[in-house]
Amino acid sequence: MRRLAIIALALALVVPAAAFAVQPDEILKDPALEARARDLSRELRCMVCQNQSIDDSDAPLARDLRLLVRQRLQAGDSDQQVLDFLVARYGEFVLLKPRLEWHTLLLWGLTPAALVAGGFALMLMARRRRAVPLQATPLTADEEKRLATLVDPAAPER
Amino acid sequence: MIPELGHYALVLALALAVVQAFVPLIGALYRDATLMRLATSTALAQFVFVAVSFGALTACYVTSDFSVANVFENSHSMMPLVYKFTSVWGNHEGSMLLWVLILSLFGAGVAAFGGNLPVRLKALVLAVQSWIATSFYLFILLTSNPFLRLPQAPFEGRDLNPILQDPGLAIHPPLLYLGYVGFSIAFSFAIAALIEGRIDAAWARWVRPWTLAAWMALTVGIAMGSYWAYYELGWGGYWFWDPVENASLMPWLAGTALLHSAVVMEKRNALKIWTLLLAILAFSLSLIGTFLVRSGVLTSVHTFANDPSRGVFILAILVFFIGGGLTLFAWRAPLLKQGGLFAPISREGALVFNNLFLTTACLTVFVGTLYPLALEALTGEKISVGAPFFNLTFAPLFVPLLVAMPFGPLLAWKRGDIYGAAQRLVAAFGVALVGLAATFVAHGAHGVLAPFGIGLAFFVMVGALVDLAERTGLFRLPLATVKARAAGLPRSAWGTAVAHFGVGVTVLGIVCVTSWASERIVSLKPSQHVSLAGYDVTFDGVGQRNGPNFREMVAHFTVRRGGVVIGAMDPAKRTFATRAMSTTEAALMTRGVSQLYLSLGDTNEDGSVAVRLYHKPLVLLIWLGAVVMMLGGALSLSDRRLRIGAPKPAAKSALQPAE
Repeated sequence: MRRLAIIALALALVVPAAAFAVQPDEILKDPALEARARDLSRELRCMVCQNQSIDDSDAPLARDLRLLVRQRLQAGDSDQQVLDFLVARYGEFVLLKPRLEWHTLLLWGLTPAALVAGGFALMLMARRRRAVPLQATPLTADEEKRLATLVDPAAPER
Repeated sequence: MIPELGHYALVLALALAVVQAFVPLIGALYRDATLMRLATSTALAQFVFVAVSFGALTACYVTSDFSVANVFENSHSMMPLVYKFTSVWGNHEGSMLLWVLILSLFGAGVAAFGGNLPVRLKALVLAVQSWIATSFYLFILLTSNPFLRLPQAPFEGRDLNPILQDPGLAIHPPLLYLGYVGFSIAFSFAIAALIEGRIDAAWARWVRPWTLAAWMALTVGIAMGSYWAYYELGWGGYWFWDPVENASLMPWLAGTALLHSAVVMEKRNALKIWTLLLAILAFSLSLIGTFLVRSGVLTSVHTFANDPSRGVFILAILVFFIGGGLTLFAWRAPLLKQGGLFAPISREGALVFNNLFLTTACLTVFVGTLYPLALEALTGEKISVGAPFFNLTFAPLFVPLLVAMPFGPLLAWKRGDIYGAAQRLVAAFGVALVGLAATFVAHGAHGVLAPFGIGLAFFVMVGALVDLAERTGLFRLPLATVKARAAGLPRSAWGTAVAHFGVGVTVLGIVCVTSWASERIVSLKPSQHVSLAGYDVTFDGVGQRNGPNFREMVAHFTVRRGGVVIGAMDPAKRTFATRAMSTTEAALMTRGVSQLYLSLGDTNEDGSVAVRLYHKPLVLLIWLGAVVMMLGGALSLSDRRLRIGAPKPAAKSALQPAE
């Protein structure tokens, strides 16, 4: 698994380990509960894999986690309770979508901040451009003279 | 003998690169045309020597010369010939050699086809290009030499990683590298312009073909990689937000922004500084991608620390080029004159809007990819950033971009009329609304993503067609005039419309697969069947087959629709003895642009087999859209003004035959 992932990385290729994740025997009878389990699985990281959710991974640990998620759901946990339970057990590393906390502030905040700042900068620039009159600097006396001769070569030079 | 020849050729290429890195600069300094022109010859010669080196390594692979460590590690004498070729770049050392081969190819391209460039600019561009080449030749020769010999030649090689034994390896990495490395030309042009302190519309016109070519290759390269992952990995996903994927997506986003801002610069002489910055960033992101993938820093910050020689070397290259490029930019860019005023609602304004969102999207991917690494390095805390994060932050940025896309080409330069554009887009709005409503009715209340996604995809596609109809006067003018106008329309206008249409096609595919893909995961015994999306798949039994360097278990399935047999699907599990690894080979059945996807799981003791069956509606559109985008790029590349280039001084009294 790990070696494979390293090789894949070494190649700049998009090839995580081949996998057959959810097994038929894991599937819950209740389709609504199973759908919730699948959605939750996509949010949870298989911690021994390279950036795979437990829904995609064929690692034994991922299977254990999938079964655990289903157990908790069958026990009547809400989605949030399942996530809280797993975070308490395995740490925040298990979440593929980190929670908004002080140490993830930049992660979540940088994009909106950049968009707003970029938009604001563009607005300012547009305004500044409008403030600057489009008028060119007036011609010098010399240039006026040349212009006059160009427009009307017959006119005597003043 | 052959590996030594290859090694020696690479050393010679390095020597040439060093000459090319300095002599043209001296020439530019003293305005000595002879010294400046030297770069043309050295760039061509460099390509020849790197090609010899690459050819030597290929020869080692094809003849299975296991005395070469690299061949021993990554090849096997029983491997089919095509994989012996492709495994040349199916490993770290060989892929770096491919990297420099393409780098020198682009350098030689500028040398050969840059006849219309001013001598000084050409010399500077080739010199900068050679700095990049020098650093990567050194990287290969000092840390990743593919020509190292083993003291005793083993009888048999260790085989190529089975996942890589696929036609995808033949196409994906070369295309990806063409894209990555192609942006180096834009970078070199930008640095040269900064050194010269002069930049104008002609500059944008010279850079454009190279950027376009790189962008086209990268577009198809990424799409190809995505399709490969889709069929090879066995669970039908097409994009995983893996750091390795993100590494290729970032230069693509920056490169797409660059293409658009360069249009403004070429046509209106505005956005010069921004375009320069994007040119530097696009290649910087390619370098960062190379660093991320090559240094092992992604696997863990610790593996990087344990074997840092390669990582530190690339990091040094990274710091030198990105840091140097940006410093030069900060120093020289303010000296460049800005030109070309425009109102916020105008073609320029639309392209600025495009740039704002594309670069922000790029930033999102950048932050999401690097934040966990930075956090772990700084505080030791480990967090994961995966698909759910990117779906939430990246996708919303594309919605305004897609809404604005059909408007852009319909707005006039300098000052546009957005109401006029909206009126002309009425057909696109209409089709989008019909699509939205139809989806809503058919789909029911399963969320808003599907109806709005379909509406948006239709809007983008029809919007692109409206653009063409407007330009040719279709439905307004007599057919003969329309034909004449269509023929007279610049190829770049066709290119824009086609590429934008392609974006719509890809969006349509993504929305359909996200909303309507269905799957069944079951255990089947022979003669049992499973139904999905109107298809009925019966398990017939299992057979064994021997491949050249693997054994495979093949499961046979018959597919019926409405009781009629429409085909067979034979997914397999391959076991490669040398590496003791197995791969799953999914079976795909294409119906129009939709696919039925079947992959095998474990075999149970009672003779049943676990199978995963997917129906992926319109899935092929995702990648076909990328191909259409590339075709748009090709049309644009064939535009007359790019072929002709900037106006040349009239040929001096050409010899004319006497009449």
